[in-house]
Amino acid sequence: MSNAVEHRKPSGESQTVSATRQHLSPNQRAWRRFRKSKPAVLSAIFLLALLALVLAWPLISQSKPDATSDAQFHPPSAQNWFGTDVHGRDLLTRTFYGARISLIVGAVGAMVSLLIGVTWGAVAGYVGGRADNAMMRGVDILYALPSIIFVIVLKSAFEKDLKTWLAQHFSISTANYASMVFLFIGLGAVSWLTMSRIVRGQVLSLRSRNFVEASKALGASHARILLKHILPNIYGIIIVYLTLTVPAIILYESFLSYLGLGVQPPQASWGSLIAEGAQQINSVRIYWWLIVFPGGMLASTLLALNFLGDGLRDAFDPRSEAR
Amino acid sequence: MIPVLLIVSFIGFVLIHSMPGGPFDSERKPASAEIERNLKAKFHLDEPLWKQYLRYLGVAGGSSGLVNGDLGPSLKYRNHTVNDIIRQCLPVSMALGAMSFCFAMFTGIPLGCYMALRRGEWGDHLGGFIAMLSFCIPNIVIAPLLILWVAVKWHLLPVALWGSPSQMILPTIVLGLYFSGRIARLMREGLSTTLHSEFVTTARAKGASESAILWKHAFRLAILPVVSYSGPLLADLLTGSFVVENIFQIPGIGVFFINSIFNRDHTMTVGLVLVYAALLLILNMLVDLSYSLLDRRVRYE
Repeated sequence: MSNAVEHRKPSGESQTVSATRQHLSPNQRAWRRFRKSKPAVLSAIFLLALLALVLAWPLISQSKPDATSDAQFHPPSAQNWFGTDVHGRDLLTRTFYGARISLIVGAVGAMVSLLIGVTWGAVAGYVGGRADNAMMRGVDILYALPSIIFVIVLKSAFEKDLKTWLAQHFSISTANYASMVFLFIGLGAVSWLTMSRIVRGQVLSLRSRNFVEASKALGASHARILLKHILPNIYGIIIVYLTLTVPAIILYESFLSYLGLGVQPPQASWGSLIAEGAQQINSVRIYWWLIVFPGGMLASTLLALNFLGDGLRDAFDPRSEAR
Repeated sequence: MIPVLLIVSFIGFVLIHSMPGGPFDSERKPASAEIERNLKAKFHLDEPLWKQYLRYLGVAGGSSGLVNGDLGPSLKYRNHTVNDIIRQCLPVSMALGAMSFCFAMFTGIPLGCYMALRRGEWGDHLGGFIAMLSFCIPNIVIAPLLILWVAVKWHLLPVALWGSPSQMILPTIVLGLYFSGRIARLMREGLSTTLHSEFVTTARAKGASESAILWKHAFRLAILPVVSYSGPLLADLLTGSFVVENIFQIPGIGVFFINSIFNRDHTMTVGLVLVYAALLLILNMLVDLSYSLLDRRVRYE
């Protein structure tokens, strides 16, 4: 999409930019291309606004997400914009508090996957040879395993011990957060495979370039070559796939929460809110707002993140195909 | 492929056994310690892990195992073997997957071609938006909404379950929709790249008609990205439809997989993981083969 926008006016761009073009690094040029893509910039603004609103929500509204009332299943009205749920809780408040968890899951999960994926891929690509072979075989094998099993095992194997430990040393509320932390880490730990493949490919091709050879000849250490010379050259690609990992992880979390494996009540994420709405399906009355509002928020966030990722990819890696 | 499956079975086995709790924890209480001991002894759960694994493989302990294609008894449904259950529910999952695959292909490929031919025009942007929408509205949102309106309110289609053709429509659409957007995008990229390649210009210069160029020359190559994506896609569809099976109460392997993890039904989980891995590997192999059929430049030694 944004790709096409850019293709239509390469001549105009090159005329206006040509005077300054030679002073710009490839990354700076990429950011210029990015700013020209309308859907991507709009998505970025939408996401920032959403983030600000979600963070500032406790200041704006006094209502608590777990405050129950007698107003059971009230449709959207001036008082409850998103309606109320089975316990009379205000769905608008719940959706915004749920947004916190869903967004944190996306951010933390993506960071974990970034850390593992980039390290694994960079080491494999840089060391090369037999180690590279073995590490990438490992990635192949992990691809063949359903990743859901890792998340569940990680959660169930360590969660209880950590919870009791935290409840003893800190407070019970801290312990309740522990289960979510494991969810975040677990989701990140199963989403790094594609990242590592991409990084490895890039490092492999950069490794034999002249500037790396030169730096090696000057006696630079391996860590310095990797951090100073190779990583800055692939950071664009990393940002692109990071942006595309965030929606994937948010989606994954919503599936798990829907199946009852993710966030546990009274905590709620978008996925578990939708699950609660789906449980209320009956042939007598239709409570559409229970699904439409959290689902709409989830879908629009995913949409914005994907548009952002697309825009970044077109900017940083113009030749790549949509994946 | 065999070594990969062995490693997968080993990882799965160790992971499952490292979870706290055992398969008989939820047995009717009060079960005496002796009964539990006997149960464990019957299924050899009291042995060290390495011995259990070798027994599972079938190379130790005298009984048949994985090497004979025997995935062992289910620890939860004790009258059934894992093979039995897979034989019963895999066809259901496969039927759902195959139909969703067709749905995704028949909607995604035309949309992708349309976008590529209208590249840069508003039709392209609109199509791109629709494609994006199709994989940004999650299954768990679209399925309950379809159930609410199509099934509950208008009584057009059944709400859930599996068996009659009318019950298959909604799950197929819900599952297929997610992938049709991805296929449309891949198709668009493939076709618009191919249409800009030199052999298309040559064909055009020789006077071939646009439709001949599109269908005879370009399409074969343009569909390659879709083909290479369809391997993992099919494996996802055939086995990974946990959520859709859950929503529509379809008795496929996705439901058994999730339940087996909760029930600590070790043999069942490992068996299903192996089925998943084997399917993925076979499908990827088929994809590689069809690649060389479509693109003669690709040759495998």
